[in-house]
Amino acid sequence: MIDQAPILIIVVPLMCAFLTPILGQLNKKLCYFWVVSALTASVVFSVITLQVVLKSGAIHYYLGNWAPPWGIEYVIDHLNALMLVLVSSVALLVAIYSKKSVEQEVSGKTAFYTVFLLQVVGFLGIVITGDLFNLYVFLEIASLAGYGLIAAGEKGALIASFRYIIMGTVGACFYLLGVGYLYMVTGSLNIADLANILPDLYSSKVVLVAFAFFMVGIAIKMALFPLHVWLPDAYTRAPSSASALLAPLMTKVSIYVMIRIIFTVFKPCFSIETLPVAKIMVWVGIAAIIAGAIMALAQTDFKRMLCYIIVAEVGYMVGGIGLANPIAIKGAILHLLNDAVMTLGLFLVAGIITYKLKSHTLSDFHACFRKIPLTMIAFVIFALSIIGVPPTGGFFSKWYLIQGAVIAQNWSFVVVLLGSSLINVILFFRIIEIGYVFHDSDQNHSHGEKKITINEAPFSMLVPTLTVAISIILIGIYNQEIVKNIIQFAVPEL
Amino acid sequence: MFDFIVSKYNYWMYIVLMMIGFYAMIGKNNLVKKIIGMNIFQTAIILFFVSIACKKGGATLPIIKHAHGAEHAIKVSHYLNPLPHVLMLTAIVVMVATLGVAIAIIIKIYREYGTLEENEILRKLK
Repeated sequence: MIDQAPILIIVVPLMCAFLTPILGQLNKKLCYFWVVSALTASVVFSVITLQVVLKSGAIHYYLGNWAPPWGIEYVIDHLNALMLVLVSSVALLVAIYSKKSVEQEVSGKTAFYTVFLLQVVGFLGIVITGDLFNLYVFLEIASLAGYGLIAAGEKGALIASFRYIIMGTVGACFYLLGVGYLYMVTGSLNIADLANILPDLYSSKVVLVAFAFFMVGIAIKMALFPLHVWLPDAYTRAPSSASALLAPLMTKVSIYVMIRIIFTVFKPCFSIETLPVAKIMVWVGIAAIIAGAIMALAQTDFKRMLCYIIVAEVGYMVGGIGLANPIAIKGAILHLLNDAVMTLGLFLVAGIITYKLKSHTLSDFHACFRKIPLTMIAFVIFALSIIGVPPTGGFFSKWYLIQGAVIAQNWSFVVVLLGSSLINVILFFRIIEIGYVFHDSDQNHSHGEKKITINEAPFSMLVPTLTVAISIILIGIYNQEIVKNIIQFAVPEL
Repeated sequence: MFDFIVSKYNYWMYIVLMMIGFYAMIGKNNLVKKIIGMNIFQTAIILFFVSIACKKGGATLPIIKHAHGAEHAIKVSHYLNPLPHVLMLTAIVVMVATLGVAIAIIIKIYREYGTLEENEILRKLK
């Protein structure tokens, strides 16, 4: 059973996804428990896999027992294993959370849960696979499911989803072209095999073109700054539980793919010396942070503001990878983990607010601290983590990033990182201020004091949110252990 | 110069097709035309993959050498590499699925807004 754990992570949710519509025909209420149990199995298997990796190093799983250069293989090393646990547990938390909000916002419950599971399968598949073409297929499964989930949202979701289809398809096609060019010169699709063959071909123009296609394709998928235009609309309009699943994971998984391509398929010496990609990435990251922070300041909608924060956070990680020294890369990978958890938490809070207030504009946040106190406590923890206040996780990854930038002597990255943290302070304290206004001054004169009672979110929404809030503090406290035992091995030899 | 174009004509074809599709995706106002552009864009990539299956030169195929009833190795120029074709079967499935999702969303857009012209939809959204 333990030997088969890597494949079961994928197969269990995939098969369950196909059975969901049949189950939905029998009884719609069963779907929720079905999805939760499928994802629980996935979490269990990925935790088992992580433990095996921690004990005995990377796992190679040959599908159908075909040896690697010909067959498809799943490779799980420390970076993968961490991502698998992250993706599956985020998905499980969102699934538990989705019960009430899906009932309120989405009409086709069965279809929603089917696509939800396929979405998770896509993410897990991207992370686990060791084959470039297989990665493309999973990337498209994830994207197609994402288009569907977003289209189920509120007014304007359809057109946002349509735009995402157009841009996302261009991104995926560029990725596929990159695969084609590499296949032309190497005749291989296996990542480990490519890494062996490619160093002799680094001067070839075909390889350079392939690398460029990969980077642009993935940059579209991860919403890197000039190519981020699809993201804010899509994630703002999507149903709350869909955006809570997509927003933390789609960008992070794409960044994972970027790390793989830069440091595993191609050797670091190629990405740093032969092509000055790393330097460009730092500057693009800086541009993304500035643009994201400024655009976030201009928003009056809570979810839209979070979307622009994601654009800025993508800048942190891309810049951190581009700095190309071990500490900055450690910081980027730790931030990958932290940021997935933080954005998950913030989108869960956004979902609760949408559920309670039927709106997610900032001006409707009046008296939130009295209406939904526990949710707002969680919100403050996430806000502090995004700003980067110890002992929340966000502080430590930013610390590594700044340390890395100082070592690389890239002062502009340091300045931009600190500056955007200050902008985050403004962004979140603005919301906290609105939340503490307990009565409208206009109504005060005519109606007198209106009593605001506690009207906390339902249990199924509150528990995941508080779990995430506790886990972001735990990640902060145990960051040393995470870095020492897992992330340290994920950093490539430079 | 002419030789350069002719000898690599398959790449030129795919780039031209791809740019036609790209233009339609950016320049056209009608959503269905955008989807058609997207399809042309994807089909160009299929043509590219299929065309790289053809190899030139005097090399031989190591796989067939030890097969039953094949004493002599076969020259690559007599043979097409089947793997890109198989990859493209998968890619075609992905593209059909993309097209399906896109068309389903277009139908819903039409039901909601009563039009498929992008500028009219944007006006109605405001």
